[in-house]
Amino acid sequence: MNQKLIIDIAKSLLLARWRQTLVAAVGVTFSIMMFIALLGFMTGLNDLLDGLILNRTAHVRIFKEVKPNPFQPADNQNEIGYNFVNSIKPSGNGLSLDNTAAILSALKNDSRVLGVSPKVTAQVFYNVGNVDVTGVINGIDVEAESKLFHFKDYVLDGNYLDLKNVPNSIILGKAAAEKMLANIGDVVQVTTPKGDRQMLKVVGFFQSGLQELDKVQSYCSLSTTQKLLGKPVNYITDMSVKLLDLTLAPKVAKEYSALFDTDTEDIQTANSQFETGSSVRSIISYAVGITLLIVAGFGIYNILNMMIYEKMDTIAILKATGFSGRDVKLIFTTIATSIGLFGGMFGLLFGFLLSSVIDQIPFNTAALPTIKTYPINYNIKYYVIGIIFSLITTYLAGLFPAQKASKIDPVDIIRGK
Amino acid sequence: MSEKLIETKMINKSFHDPITIPILKDISFSIDKGEFVSIIGKSGCGKSTLLYILSTMDTDYEGELYINNQLITGLKERELARIRNEKIGFVFQFHYLLNEFNVLKNVMLPGIKLGKYSLKEIKDRATEKLIILGIEDQALKMPNQLSGGQKQRVAIARALINDPQIIMGDEPTGNLDIKNTEIVFDIFQELTTKFNQTLLIVTHDIEFANRTNRIIEMEDGRILTK
Ligand SMILES: Nc1ncnc2c1ncn2[C@@H]1O[C@H](COP(=O)(O)OP(=O)(O)OP(=O)(O)O)[C@@H](O)[C@H]1O
Ligand SMILES: [Mg+2]
Repeated sequence: MNQKLIIDIAKSLLLARWRQTLVAAVGVTFSIMMFIALLGFMTGLNDLLDGLILNRTAHVRIFKEVKPNPFQPADNQNEIGYNFVNSIKPSGNGLSLDNTAAILSALKNDSRVLGVSPKVTAQVFYNVGNVDVTGVINGIDVEAESKLFHFKDYVLDGNYLDLKNVPNSIILGKAAAEKMLANIGDVVQVTTPKGDRQMLKVVGFFQSGLQELDKVQSYCSLSTTQKLLGKPVNYITDMSVKLLDLTLAPKVAKEYSALFDTDTEDIQTANSQFETGSSVRSIISYAVGITLLIVAGFGIYNILNMMIYEKMDTIAILKATGFSGRDVKLIFTTIATSIGLFGGMFGLLFGFLLSSVIDQIPFNTAALPTIKTYPINYNIKYYVIGIIFSLITTYLAGLFPAQKASKIDPVDIIRGK
Repeated sequence: MSEKLIETKMINKSFHDPITIPILKDISFSIDKGEFVSIIGKSGCGKSTLLYILSTMDTDYEGELYINNQLITGLKERELARIRNEKIGFVFQFHYLLNEFNVLKNVMLPGIKLGKYSLKEIKDRATEKLIILGIEDQALKMPNQLSGGQKQRVAIARALINDPQIIMGDEPTGNLDIKNTEIVFDIFQELTTKFNQTLLIVTHDIEFANRTNRIIEMEDGRILTK
């Protein structure tokens, strides 16, 4: 009953001053709108930039570093003491992982693993006329690489599946292709470091967005690359593991390193810098949004102060007829928060509309072939935060005037007449 | 057998701005249930000041105030507000109606605040009070559409809404012409005789005072006659 009465009185006071109320509410609407649009845009951008890295980076990479064997034959002779061996060189079958079949099946049975994409890397020369250009061919499992690391999003022309279906095919880095004047359907020649030559048919172009990378990197199927290198089908240099839960990466990496006796690297170690940029952009958006809200809060503060000044008589008579200071305070905080609520809700609506407009603005960049318009994040979280912020700021803005109103002494007002 | 409704014991009050001046000195008196009492005295003798203390709005005094034999002095602000709402009705020289609400709602507000009756009952009661005051036809008007005398009658209706133990008035007819003063006085008279309503009215109008049950005369912050 009391609550309803207080809301009723607050509403009447608001409507009696609807013009000022509207100005105050518009201030809140504007700041919430900007907050929503800005955060949606900034986090959209963040997601995009994070995606650039996250989409294409293995959570755990299993590979073999070229390094000397810590266990030297001399150790067999003298197991207890020290052996001094100088100029140790790496040996064995180089970059290849051992026991790839066993590793693959172990990974497949690990419930934390979303998928694995095996890879063979080969250093080559692209033969352009009589000039040789250095390059790297990544032999990939086309389907796994597409599913886990969005390979097909970065293939510009041609069909990425041709890499698997057409024997001896290659998808060239865009910049490398330009250098070689190669078109789709052309045949290019590559030379391996061991001197073997191979003719490969161009079935597409790949653009990562990093010019330096696109100048050297090309893709072939696993088997084509293994053949190119003259290696057997179990020759794998690299395994990119994608986990269900990204945060487990460091732990899993360590585990695999011990289990498979190889080198591993987790995404957090490999890309420790990428989170910094994201958090800075978020902080900027929150700071701008909160600043706008504080400005709107001052507007509400002023209007309530004015209202209280005008409504001294009303406050005095309410108190004289039995409303307590607390009731009066509630009336004015209700006024403030309802401005916040309605202003905020319209702010959410307009923020959503503004976001949708930004979402339509064309945004073409060579680095991001799949992106056509500015990215927007419509996460409900920002809308919830927005409305909570607007309620809190308007409540705080109303609190001091309300406190003042609750302290008004009716005797002073009545005597003044 | 009369029953004390309001009793004061040695109430003293001083203002300290700019220098300490005693305004009320050793005020001890009581009002019985059903009495129609008027307070008269020269301007500035402390009538309003006393009324504000009796009405529980002013708590800055020495001495003790009892309403219904309950010690009021020292109660919390919220408890005092409740007592004002439930037990005391006010009529001021200026009407103090809320311009945001119509006449009926103005009368209803203290009733809704009390929360003793349903909204429907409060509405019926408010209409009843307006009928007693002869202004039921004005119920849906806004306060600024009424004449001064009508406004004052609405204020009286509002004072009556919770069936208060006592109605206090500070020069309720001060702003009214002779005819309206007469109307208001007749209403007060009717309230005491018909409804046994206790009334305490500050006035400058000797005519008015002479027609009440008892006159309390004040001079220089003291009560002269009983
Ligand atoms: N806030 C205040 N500060 C200082 N002195 C005050 C204050 N309020 C009232 N006074 C003084 O207290 C005295 C009593 O004032 P009060 O209003 O009670 O007089 P009153 O009897 O009601 O007079 P009137 O018949 O003119 O209404 C006056 O002398 C007045 O100047
Ligand atoms: Mg006075």
